[in-house]
Amino acid sequence: MLRTKNIAAVLAGLLLAALAAGCGREGSPPVKGPRTDRLPTYRADTGFQLPKSPTWRKAHRRGYLVVGAKEDQPYLGEKDPASGVYSGFDIEIARMMAASLGFEPKKIRFRTIASANRETALQNGQIDYYVGTYTINDMRKKIVGFAGPYYMAGQGLLVRTDENDIHGPQDLAGKTVCSAAGSTPYQRIAADYPKAKLVAYDTYSICVDNLLTFQVDAVTTDDAILLGFAAKAPDEMKVVGKPFSEEPYGIGVPRSDNALRLALDDALEANEKNGNWKKAFEATLGLSGVPAPKPPPIDRYPAN
Amino acid sequence: MDVLTDNFSLYGKGFLGTVELTVYASLLALALGFVMASFRVAPVSSLRAIGTVWVAVLRNTPLTLLFFAVLLGLPRFGLVLPFQLFAVLALGCYTSAFICEALRSGINTVPTGQGEAARSLGMSFSQTLSNVVLPQAFRSVIPPVGSTLIALAKNSAIAGAFSVTELLGTYKTLNELGYSIIWSFVWIAVGYLIITLAISALFNLMEKRWGVAR
Amino acid sequence: MTRSTAHATALYDIPGPATRKRHLAYGVASVLVIAALIAWVLHLLFATDQFTGQKWTPFTYKGIQELLLRGLGNTLKAFAYAAVLSLALGAVLAVGRLSVHRPVRWLSTLLVEFFRAMPVLVMIFFIFVALKVQPLPALVAGLTLYNGSVLAEVFRTGINSVERGQREAAYALGMRKTQVTTHVLAPQAVRAMLPTIISQLVVALKDTSLGYLITYEEFLHAGKLIASNLDYDLPFIPVVMVISPIYIGMCMLLSWFATWVARRQRRNPKTEATGVSTARQGPVLPGGRDLRNTT
Repeated sequence: MLRTKNIAAVLAGLLLAALAAGCGREGSPPVKGPRTDRLPTYRADTGFQLPKSPTWRKAHRRGYLVVGAKEDQPYLGEKDPASGVYSGFDIEIARMMAASLGFEPKKIRFRTIASANRETALQNGQIDYYVGTYTINDMRKKIVGFAGPYYMAGQGLLVRTDENDIHGPQDLAGKTVCSAAGSTPYQRIAADYPKAKLVAYDTYSICVDNLLTFQVDAVTTDDAILLGFAAKAPDEMKVVGKPFSEEPYGIGVPRSDNALRLALDDALEANEKNGNWKKAFEATLGLSGVPAPKPPPIDRYPAN
Repeated sequence: MDVLTDNFSLYGKGFLGTVELTVYASLLALALGFVMASFRVAPVSSLRAIGTVWVAVLRNTPLTLLFFAVLLGLPRFGLVLPFQLFAVLALGCYTSAFICEALRSGINTVPTGQGEAARSLGMSFSQTLSNVVLPQAFRSVIPPVGSTLIALAKNSAIAGAFSVTELLGTYKTLNELGYSIIWSFVWIAVGYLIITLAISALFNLMEKRWGVAR
Repeated sequence: MTRSTAHATALYDIPGPATRKRHLAYGVASVLVIAALIAWVLHLLFATDQFTGQKWTPFTYKGIQELLLRGLGNTLKAFAYAAVLSLALGAVLAVGRLSVHRPVRWLSTLLVEFFRAMPVLVMIFFIFVALKVQPLPALVAGLTLYNGSVLAEVFRTGINSVERGQREAAYALGMRKTQVTTHVLAPQAVRAMLPTIISQLVVALKDTSLGYLITYEEFLHAGKLIASNLDYDLPFIPVVMVISPIYIGMCMLLSWFATWVARRQRRNPKTEATGVSTARQGPVLPGGRDLRNTT
């Protein structure tokens, strides 16, 4: 390892020289991602007003929306490391919502928020709303509000293409399974399939990395996330079995802001009706070969 | 208080994880540090160079980077091992550089005259080393080696972020289970204090028995 | 350093011709072993396709370079904050420990002892998770508490090691305690302890990488973002090859600066007069912990 570093020093020296000379290629390395030409365009509802919502008022005064998202989920919420541009289905949902709230596409600023910090970010007002594989459940409803659901995911398993022994969670006994630390999928495996050996990281991208380097046998989380990864490297990874849970994805909003939540519910319904939702799905997650499903019914639960 | 009594087995597992990590990594660090220290005082210049590069590189590597490189990098070469072993490797190699420096300065504290006197009495190299130099060096390295191993125990907390079971990592589960975060951390702190104080006490005892009279 | 070991030490005499020949043989053998190791690692790197164009081309784009530079900038920013605040906290705690008021002394001692005994990562996580602080302030606060406490001990040792006559002379001239400390003791102490202080700052610089674990977007985080990207064919090894020399280089530069200061001081009659040896760092605590912290 020591020697590696010496070789590395030479290589890095060359690279730094290149950096110093400023001869970097413009732009960013080519990436696989959503087909930008097939993404729907959303017309900003410029006359929109939502004076009852403190979050909206603040964003309106500020002039732009701050939206929390994930940065490492291909085809859902992914940030191009080089260009800093976010893309994916969740991002499209966020853009749809922004348009309905009267914000031009240029007036959205995305911020990466790790799963563990979502609630805090919403409570502290660091973000106006959050779109990033955020499962609606009763415990979370006590801390934050949820618009939607806008998509129904389910827990699945991602394995290497040459793996033939794992077809579902029942085959996990003695296998090493990776998931995000403290996440719902992690806890479900720990509780229902105690014979599986669990490994946890903060992000799924490290789990996928571990899968490809044979450190783990499977990665488990919501199938939507797994499909995105599988679509990036279809020769190396596949999603197996049927989803073994229901994960309704919602848009997280500050808990007290019911006006914003209901406005987003309306906006979702409108976009599902006018075909934007389906178009957005087909241009992102749909690229993994899955046809657009029927969106789940929106849950306008009463405020309390 | 409930946090501890309700989750005693969880804390126990984390505590044991940290202890195991500390013990194994200490053994590796002591062994590697000894080898590198003997390289650094060797009469052969190329061995000295190896020792010097080892120490200079590892002492100036952020431990997080080393963990990152070892735990996520080595599997790429087809090396599939348990995470704990990788963590011991990273922690042990890192600490060996500090152990090496402690040992080397210990050997350097032995006055040249001691060796010369031994040789003039007709002692061979191995006799000089084992009967004259090392016993004296051993005494003066007890405190710095102790503090290095305490630092190792504290550093083992980083392993928790790379999916190794240890004490700090328990907070994630407790947090998810809805326990008071402050109290979870209080008990984690107590756990680390127990480990560091135990090492400290052990080395104090060793110093009292074999240390140099100051 | 290497030259002194080439001469007689406690371990061996100046080698004679036969011994020199034997040493040469050892030297050749060890060089061969090292060469074989390098070849083996290179072979492994090539065998696992670490030098493919796909894995290295991302680095040629401005976007990626800027991402790395931004990360490096954030690392240096955290280091700068942590260094300045640690020095300030260290000074305050050192003054507290040297105070004539017993409660102040006790409180400072308690704080210093506690923060030195806690893993710095536990403090960073506590501030980040339990106190719900943003990543950068959480990282800086954790580093400051730990390094500040260590520096407090460094300052205190430095002040205590100033020759007693200096203090007595200053008091005899009618200076107050504050004046004695700020005008007489502190300047000499800082000069004597400068190498140790800089070495501690190396620790702070290294520990900024802990920010990676609390999602602070520093250098290692930028590297991870590139390394775990499937579109770039997971260039993990290339990323490590690029970022580790930079990290190690920065820390080595600072360490080297500390050694340089120490060497310059050894020749400086001003510091010799204080009789402080910076090379030897004995235990300052009953616990047997010494000042050279290894975090």
